[in-house]
Amino acid sequence: MTGTPAVVPANGAVLSVADLRVSIGGREIVRGVSFDVRPGQTLGIVGESGSGKSMTVLAATGLLDAPGARVTGSSLITGTDGGAPTQLIGAAERTLRRVHGDRVGFVFQDPSTSLNPVLTLERQISESLETHRGMTRRAARTRALDLLTAVGIPDPERRLDGYPHQLSGGQRQRVMIAIALACDPTLLIADEPTTALDVTTQAQIVELVRALQQERGTAVVWISHDLGLIGQVADDVTVLRQGEAVEQQPVLGVFDAPRHAYTRQLLDARPLLGQSAPPPADASGAALLTVESLDVRFAVTGPTGRSVVHAVDDVSFTVRRGRTLGVVGESGSGKSTIAGALTGLVRPRAGAARLDGEDLLAGRGASGRRLRRRVAMVFQDPFSSLNGRSTIGTSIAEPLRVHRLTASGAAERARIAELLELVDLSGDYVDRYPHELSGGQRQRVSIARALALEPDLVILDESTASLDVSIQARVLELLLRLQAELGLTYLFIAHDLGVVQRMSHDVLVLRGGRTVEHRPAADLFADPREEYTRALLDAVPPVRPRAAQAG
Amino acid sequence: MTQVDPTAGSAAGSAVGPGAGSALFAATVGLAGNAPPRAGAWRLFRDNPVSVAAALVLLVVLVVGLVGRWVAPYGINAVDVANALQPPSGAHWFGTDDLGRDVFSRVLVATQVSLRVAFVSVAFALVVGVGVGVVAGYRGGWLDTVLMRVVDVMFAFPVLLLALAIIAVLGPGTTTTILAIGIVYTPIFARVARASALSVRVEPFVQVSQTMGTPSGYILRRHVLPGVSGPVIVQTSLSVAFAILSEAALSFLGLGVQPPEPSWGRMLFDAQGFLGLAWWMSVFPGLAIFVSVLAFNLIGDGIRDVLDPRQRTLLQARRSTRVPGRRRAARTGGAA
Repeated sequence: MTGTPAVVPANGAVLSVADLRVSIGGREIVRGVSFDVRPGQTLGIVGESGSGKSMTVLAATGLLDAPGARVTGSSLITGTDGGAPTQLIGAAERTLRRVHGDRVGFVFQDPSTSLNPVLTLERQISESLETHRGMTRRAARTRALDLLTAVGIPDPERRLDGYPHQLSGGQRQRVMIAIALACDPTLLIADEPTTALDVTTQAQIVELVRALQQERGTAVVWISHDLGLIGQVADDVTVLRQGEAVEQQPVLGVFDAPRHAYTRQLLDARPLLGQSAPPPADASGAALLTVESLDVRFAVTGPTGRSVVHAVDDVSFTVRRGRTLGVVGESGSGKSTIAGALTGLVRPRAGAARLDGEDLLAGRGASGRRLRRRVAMVFQDPFSSLNGRSTIGTSIAEPLRVHRLTASGAAERARIAELLELVDLSGDYVDRYPHELSGGQRQRVSIARALALEPDLVILDESTASLDVSIQARVLELLLRLQAELGLTYLFIAHDLGVVQRMSHDVLVLRGGRTVEHRPAADLFADPREEYTRALLDAVPPVRPRAAQAG
Repeated sequence: MTQVDPTAGSAAGSAVGPGAGSALFAATVGLAGNAPPRAGAWRLFRDNPVSVAAALVLLVVLVVGLVGRWVAPYGINAVDVANALQPPSGAHWFGTDDLGRDVFSRVLVATQVSLRVAFVSVAFALVVGVGVGVVAGYRGGWLDTVLMRVVDVMFAFPVLLLALAIIAVLGPGTTTTILAIGIVYTPIFARVARASALSVRVEPFVQVSQTMGTPSGYILRRHVLPGVSGPVIVQTSLSVAFAILSEAALSFLGLGVQPPEPSWGRMLFDAQGFLGLAWWMSVFPGLAIFVSVLAFNLIGDGIRDVLDPRQRTLLQARRSTRVPGRRRAARTGGAA
């Protein structure tokens, strides 16, 4: 594998990994992966969850600390100032400690847990400066200030003495980047650094890393499940599948002439702009759900006293029968709160929601229970939205039993099998437990459970957001098919505009709990009126990689 | 390094860089709080020699408790003053007491009495405590506040003092002892169950049920109760150990099990005056208490290691990180 033509030979590479293998408990998770990271260039490692991409990079940098893990192969990092390269596989703790934070910097996925909440930003940035560079506290502070300025934190002087919780998610990730770059490492490892962030923030972080990289000549390894994003950041791409590198090419080659079928599959599964939704299941366009001036506030008791969060502020919209209303917004836009209000999880302060003329917000007790049957919801996380202690059959049976939709016994079993078949799962799944299923399969079970209610409206709250792109594409297909077959009406909540365009007939754009735009999808995507909508559209990774635009 | 179960992967998560590791392993292995009944649980338990030993000891104690009354060589009240205070011998394995009664027979019968008091009182505490805790935790609001303040008040009393007060009101006796110990241990179960119910309540699968209009009773039965079962099982085992001790303490004060019925604590009470004369009168019932309490405690710890993945993860993570330096290196990415 070392001889893959596109990759320069090991000499000259910042990090040169050869025949890396990781096995845990007798199972080989990384199977002989080799790659080189060239100075000043970005290597994108792309693959689905479980493909071993994080494992590969953790093992290659000596950070993998799983009990019983066996790592073999070679991983050489260039020495400082042209010194001899250091072997990281099987290296002593002392050696690794000298390399980590000094020659290699790390940025991980979740900026809210990667920062220490009880230390000031200054302490966290200067830690590695003091250990590796032997800087004095004062010198380290000056450097920390420079770094915060470089990563674009507003008012850096004041922020130095601040704590992580005072920052937004995007700002925290900027601070993580500052920490990673503190010692001017030759290599920056970014493991899904933007996955937990909003789309517009993601675009900013991508720009930031690019700018810093050009300025400092840092080599970057960028891990992501999103090939579209990799296209925006990478110079070379390694596609991992089940611990094997199935394709290694410069980014243009991957996009223009993918050699492996799996790469083509990943390319096809990308949610791109420009695919409009199929014709609605009901052409009449009559309103099914009308929401007027919905207003939701939460009282938040924090350490500094009580405050009120205005989660949804005077939002009105209609969902037409047999069609999909896409609700788009970033975190904090109030889109999930609207779903909560419509399903009785959240009590709105004011406003009205009428489903076929019936007040959705009024019902309590028995009449409320009947209303709950008419609106079903599929949640985002396929892992926690099914009770891990119940079989699939029991989970789907719950709505049937609660609303007495079938007789018990044989009729119930038949109905469960029918529902499973509807979502393309075989009847054997009835007796399985959620942990035996993949994320996509679990989400299908959640959809089947929602359909068991025979609802008028199905709310899909980021229902495909935590799935791998190829799985997401298949679940979206399923949802479209079900809509056509059963004449379902969807309220489709998502942050990814490509997905929203594929699914929706009407779109509602939210920001900070307020309506930005509410128009038919075709109009909105053809001619976005509001600047915010345009910003969201610009943040969607384009079809072609950045390298292609550069010329 | 011992061979490691692949399902234990998440152990590494806490040791590696916080963000990457834990997310990665939780995702690949699927070990979360919402854990399914794992097939490996029994194997994990079986592989722990301490748990197995404790289980075997408990089995012996339980069998003795069940059949002791019938296999005892002498009657518990077979007074034989002529042979009083005899040291252990072939005829009297554990010797005889001040009235010439066979200590061995009395320990066998006392096993049943002590275990019955412990089991019934813990069962009472379990049913009432879990009921209160689950309802308080799931419903929340004023009901939670009221129930938990009552529990706090009960917690504020020293265990024995509260039991003494209850006995003072109801008069001493086996039933009163059971009730007293049961009431004393109820708040612990209420706290444990409430804590688990609070965390289960916000699980998305409970929210799904709420959006489907599932009645609270169904949610409690199907989702919340199974969710609290793990910690409650552990607490049960530990509480039985403490209940045995409490019964012994109350009986030792002469307030628990009343003569002529023997219990371990009662026998210690009777042996008080003969500590120097006849060590066997106190040592054997004392040993019985020691062995059973230790066994219940160890088995409780063993079950917790198996049922509570987070505790287990910590244990294994501690075992696997031999060099603390690696953690430090990962802290470049911040320590969580």
